[in-house]
Amino acid sequence: MATETHTEETFSPAERTEALEDILTERGLVDPKVLAGLIRNFEENVGPMNGAKVVAHAWVDPEYRARLLADGRAAAEELGFKGAQGEAIIALENTDTVHNVVVCTLCSCYPWPLLGLPPSWYKDPAYRARAVREPRRVLAEFGLELGEGVEVKVWDSTAEVRYLVLPQRPAGTESLSEEELAALVTRDAMVGIATVPAPGS
Amino acid sequence: MDGVHDLGGMENLGAVELPERDEPVFHEPWEGRIFAIGAICQTRLTGANLDAFRFAIDRTPPEEYLALPYFNRWLRMAETLLTETGTLAPGAIDARVRRRRGEAVEEPPAPEPNRPDYKATGPGSLRSVDDPPRFAPGSRVRTVDLHTSGHTRLPRYVRRREGTVGRVQPAQVLPDTNAHFIAENPQHVYSVRFDSTELWGPEAEPFSLYIDLYESYLEAV
Repeated sequence: MATETHTEETFSPAERTEALEDILTERGLVDPKVLAGLIRNFEENVGPMNGAKVVAHAWVDPEYRARLLADGRAAAEELGFKGAQGEAIIALENTDTVHNVVVCTLCSCYPWPLLGLPPSWYKDPAYRARAVREPRRVLAEFGLELGEGVEVKVWDSTAEVRYLVLPQRPAGTESLSEEELAALVTRDAMVGIATVPAPGS
Repeated sequence: MDGVHDLGGMENLGAVELPERDEPVFHEPWEGRIFAIGAICQTRLTGANLDAFRFAIDRTPPEEYLALPYFNRWLRMAETLLTETGTLAPGAIDARVRRRRGEAVEEPPAPEPNRPDYKATGPGSLRSVDDPPRFAPGSRVRTVDLHTSGHTRLPRYVRRREGTVGRVQPAQVLPDTNAHFIAENPQHVYSVRFDSTELWGPEAEPFSLYIDLYESYLEAV
């Protein structure tokens, strides 16, 4: 059990992480340059800008939208997005009458190739506990009030399937380019705690 | 394990944390470092797998799990996997912290390696299964009354509940046995829909809960 490692004095995770890296580097088990490369990749290349491109493409291309809803992984790969935590991807379509929201109650499973690493609120115990019990109240706390007629679907990612919410395209965006549309799409809308705001709102 | 990680439905945890504007991927340098170390701990450093990795995170001491930053769980996971596979001696990290602080502390020597004698049969977690799926979309199912101190992905809040199979997902390695290096036991996986009132009683908010469950978690109704 991990509790065996408790000491009388507790050290900060930062200090303990530095000590661990020190030991592993000294023994030739990790290469600080490799660690830096991994970190940079997740800071610069893997993030919600990828999912936003998928969503915007689905908004402008009905055939792509159909392929995305049929096989999310294949559709993501079409745009070059694949990797760890993306073995099986399902896109969940929000409509006027259905609102989807994604959670992982057991840990923080998240579609890395499309959204990167999860934000703090997604990993926070309150969200994980409450999203599967009182989702409307939770969404209202995030500022999203859903009408009575909207059916709420909550998806708990317990296995290796990852979910991407396909938000509704906001009104008044007919003249925008695909790139401009992608810039409107937020991470939070692709998890389902927000909608995509109309431009300028 | 019925641990603190199994949070679905727990009450009294307060308001949700609101999204942080322009949140960085890592809030502090150590978070990035332990993420990267943890990522290679999973296989290359320890011979463990994704499910063993999750089980190690689950065993974070509960007071730390709830109170410390998220990436502290990755630090605990790395320490657990590294010590269990004989890569790192118990207490080695704290001893090194003291040494770095200038204390004259003896550090434990590197232990005998104890890596699991276990190999994945393929990349990732998806596998093919020869037997046909036991359930089909529309099948009524009940979750089993599961009690294990080991790893499982059947959360407490959906045990002994009746639901309806939605779609049949790709077959996957069973975490319950894979986490303990027993066997991959690939199974069919189903997206099962539960009515909120089945989970939380007649006064529950109306909504549908969809959750991915392995075939051995389910019985026909």
